[in-house]
Formats: sequence, structure tokens, C-alpha cells
Amino acid sequence: MNTIEDKEGVKRYMLSLTVNGDPHTVVVKANTTLSQVLRNELALTGTKQGCELGDCGSCTVLMDGKPVNSCMVLALEAEGHEVTTIEGVAEGAKLSDLQESFVNHGAVQCGYCSPGMVLSAKALLKRNPHPTELEVREAISGNLCRCTGYVHIVEAILAVSEGRTTPPEETNAGGEA
Amino acid sequence: MYLPDFDYHSPESIDEALSLLANLGSGAKVLAGGTDLLHKMKQGDLAPKALVSLKGLDKLKGINYVEGRGVVIGALSTQNDILYSEVLAKKYPSVSHAAKKMASNQIRHLGTVGGNIVNAVPSADLPPILIALGASITLVSTSGKREMALEEFFVEPASSVINEGEILTEIVIPDGDLTGSSYHKFGLRRSGALAVVGVAASARVAGGVIEEARIVCASSAPKVIRTPKAEAFLAGKSPAPEVLEELQAIVESEVRPRDSIRGSAEYRRNLAGVLAKRALVDAVESGHGLPAED
Ligand SMILES: Cc1cc2nc3c(=O)[nH]c(=O)nc-3n(C[C@H](O)[C@H](O)[C@H](O)COP(=O)(O)OP(=O)(O)OC[C@H]3O[C@@H](n4cnc5c(N)ncnc54)[C@H](O)[C@@H]3O)c2cc1C
Ligand code: FES
Ligand code: FES
Repeated sequence: MNTIEDKEGVKRYMLSLTVNGDPHTVVVKANTTLSQVLRNELALTGTKQGCELGDCGSCTVLMDGKPVNSCMVLALEAEGHEVTTIEGVAEGAKLSDLQESFVNHGAVQCGYCSPGMVLSAKALLKRNPHPTELEVREAISGNLCRCTGYVHIVEAILAVSEGRTTPPEETNAGGEA
Repeated sequence: MYLPDFDYHSPESIDEALSLLANLGSGAKVLAGGTDLLHKMKQGDLAPKALVSLKGLDKLKGINYVEGRGVVIGALSTQNDILYSEVLAKKYPSVSHAAKKMASNQIRHLGTVGGNIVNAVPSADLPPILIALGASITLVSTSGKREMALEEFFVEPASSVINEGEILTEIVIPDGDLTGSSYHKFGLRRSGALAVVGVAASARVAGGVIEEARIVCASSAPKVIRTPKAEAFLAGKSPAPEVLEELQAIVESEVRPRDSIRGSAEYRRNLAGVLAKRALVDAVESGHGLPAED
């Protein structure tokens, strides 16, 4: 990996990675995490930083399709990898089915957990298109939500696995009165 | 939250990694998944001068069955590699089950079995079941290679026999005549919680009689421990209710838990005895398969 040393002897590394399909090269110090590069260098602030210790999942991104806590990954470890953030989930102005379903089910309240939730759910449905409720709960168990109580999030994910993005009419799940 | 400064190296071969470690000396640390290492560095418990990343060392990846050796697990295999391994699903689902009980999906994609071992905390979930299955490990350095039983790796308290400049390359579960194994973890939540206590058991059973058994306890002493008295007691017995009661009492006399935020010493002692019974019953009745409750 190419390095640059400044007058004070601080070493910086040339890092190349692909984010949401776009190849990027950034110059970072070794102690930079992937979440810091995404937010501070690439201005992709959809990735949140909550606990920064691997517990809350608000920094979840997909690395080569697999969900990881970007606060626990050194940016330099992402060299040559493909990263997907929440900004890469919609197709242009059109929300993905999962995003649409989260909105329609009232699965987004303050929204802090939502980027991570959507990415964990996206990876689950790719691996297992028709999960059980337990499998959904297991897949998002590394994503903490302080607002929703999870029920509407689980319903939103299960809906997409059944080809829907809205709650079944009669139950009015997630709707206001 | 910023990490302290360090230099970063990403060697492309094991030899290059070993000579880097030899040259860098005591300030350098091996980086695998980073889930333990970065945690300590962020918390200010550790400030290595340099990190030597193993990410480019494909030889340390993969889980394979090798005729004459057994199941060979590369040290860089992640917790999820273990959970989803077809080889383990066929030979030792009990090991995959232990991985399933760990952390969260996101951490399981990062954290490796090598890191789980070398980090050497008594709550680590993979060592108990691997020790119950008689696993051995290989350590390499510029001065050569050594193999040892995994149970000999850990030293009290929470440290190991690994030397500066050594890399753990693989874990081998040898072919043997054990007929069953199982791991029971009790955490305060189902996900993202370290073990309050974890107990693995393995057994060789013939005609309903236990010929040989191992009971291995995590979070029950300053390091992961076997319980020799309980193991000796089990030889020649079958898991009848009165045998299980006595097993519980013996295990409770052998563990040395401490009070911690996850549970009092007294509670953990009792839990170790209870989990030992459950793990043994599963190892006897379900082979290497999944425990009955799952
Ligand atoms: C939120 C969270 C939840 C967790 N939950 C659990 C849990 O439920 N159960 C559990 O057991 N653990 C848990 N852990 C701990 C951790 O994820 C595991 O111990 C993991 O397997 C460590 O592996 P790693 O590759 O990330 O190690 P690293 O952090 O990369 O390394 C750990 C240590 O081992 C050394 N090392 C790593 N690989 C090698 C090697 N091949 N040769 C020589 N030295 C090496 C490093 O130098 C370092 O000292 C959790 C951690 C977090 C952050
Ligand atoms: S910010 Fe990464 S897990 Fe909480
Ligand atoms: S919507 Fe607020 S944390 Fe989940």
C-alpha cells in the first residue's frame, strides 16, 4: 500500500475501495475506521456512529454483501473490497422495497437505527428470501432500536419476503388510528 | 472515538508476516478481525506501535476435512464461516452451534476463531467445545513451528503461552471415537451477550454407558478449564438422574468463578453444575448434533 509521510513524520496511506459501485481512493491515517472514512471523507452520513464499540449496529454496512460494524473495521482493511451503505440501496429516487416497506409499516421513528436495520435485512433476504420470524429477529439482533419495539420492523421485513411493501389492509399494522 | 496512532502492515505471505513481526518486536500486534483488538485500543487499554494484518493470508482461511488429520480450521475462519461450514455441519454441528451463540451477525462476519483463542479471555465461546473435542493448534514463528493441545494454550489469568512473533495458523479437530458433543451457553440476552457461564461436554458412549467424557467450563475460572474429577466420575456410568445430580455437585466443587457484573460467584457456580448436566445429556443423546431445545 502506498504511503506518504508529512514533515512531522505522520504516515498516511492510499486506500482504494468501492463504495456503492463507485471506486474511490482516499488518503487516511492507519487509525481511521471505515465508518469515519464513509462519513468524514466521502460525506456518506447515512451510516451512523452510535456506540462505536460493535454493540449497537447503527454503523452497519455491507462489505462484499455481508453486514459488518463499520466502526470495528479499520478503513485500511477495506482495501479492494466493495462496500454498500444505505445511500446505495435506493435505485435513484426510487426507494427499494425494503425502504418502502419500513416507511409503510411505521418501522422508522427517529430513524437512527434504520440504515443499519435496512442493510441487515437486505443481506438476510439475499441469503434467505423467505425467512421465518425467528430468522428475521436473529438477523437484526445486532441492530438496536430504542424507538419502535422492533414489531413493526419485523413486520416490514416479513412483508417484503412475501412480496408486499404495505401491511395487510385489515390489521392496519403500523398505521395511526 | 479515535484509535491511538500506529503503523499498518498488510503482508502477502505467512513468511512475510513472520519476519515483519520478528523485526517490529514487542510493540507490534497481529490483527485478525479486530473485534477484540480495536475494542481494547478504543477503550485505551492497548496502544500497539504497529499492526500486522493477516487479511491477505488466504492460507489461513478455510475449513476442510483432511483424511488422516481431521477437520482443519484455518485461524482466520470467522465465527460465521464456522456457523455456515458444510464440513462442520456434517461432522460437528455442536461447533457451529457454539458459533451461533456468539455476538451478532455483524461481529460474526469479522471475528475469527484465531482471535477468539489468542485473546484468551475465560468467556470465549469457541475454546470449550474445541477442547471437549480434543482440538490441537499450530503456532508458527521465524524460529519454527509447534503444535499443542488447545487446552494447554491458556494460562491464568487470561493470558496464554503464545510468544511474541508467533502466529496461530490452524486448529485441528482430530478424528476420534467420541460419539457426541454439545455446548450450552447462558447469557443475559440471546444475542450480543458474553457467557455468564458456558459448558461444553463430549462423550464416548457404548451400549448406553459413558466410557469417557469431557466437561469443559468457560467463565467459571480465570481460564477455560476441564473438570477432571467430574470426568473421572462419569466413566462407566449412564446419565441416570442420580448420576446427573452427583455430576452437578462435583462440577460445582471444581469451578472457581468470581463475582462480576454478569453474575455472582455463587450463581455462576450453580449455573456451571446445571449446564454441565444439560451439555452431558445432549452429548449422550443427540450425538454431535444440535441440542434438543433448539
Ligand atoms: C459486540 C461484541 C460482541 C462479542 N460477543 C462475543 C461472544 O458472544 N462470544 C465470544 O466468545 N466473543 C465475543 N466477542 C469477542 C470477539 O468478537 C471474539 O473473541 C473474536 O472471535 C475475536 O477475533 P478477532 O479476529 O476479531 O480478533 P482480533 O481482535 O483481531 O485479535 C484478538 C487478539 O488475538 C490476536 N490474534 C488474532 N489472531 C491471531 C493469530 N492468528 N495468531 C496470533 N495472534 C492472533 C491479536 O493480536 C489480539 O491480541 C464480542 C466482541 C464484540 C465487539
Ligand atoms: S457504532 Fe458501530 S456498532 Fe455501534
Ligand atoms: S427508530 Fe429510533 S432507534 Fe430505531
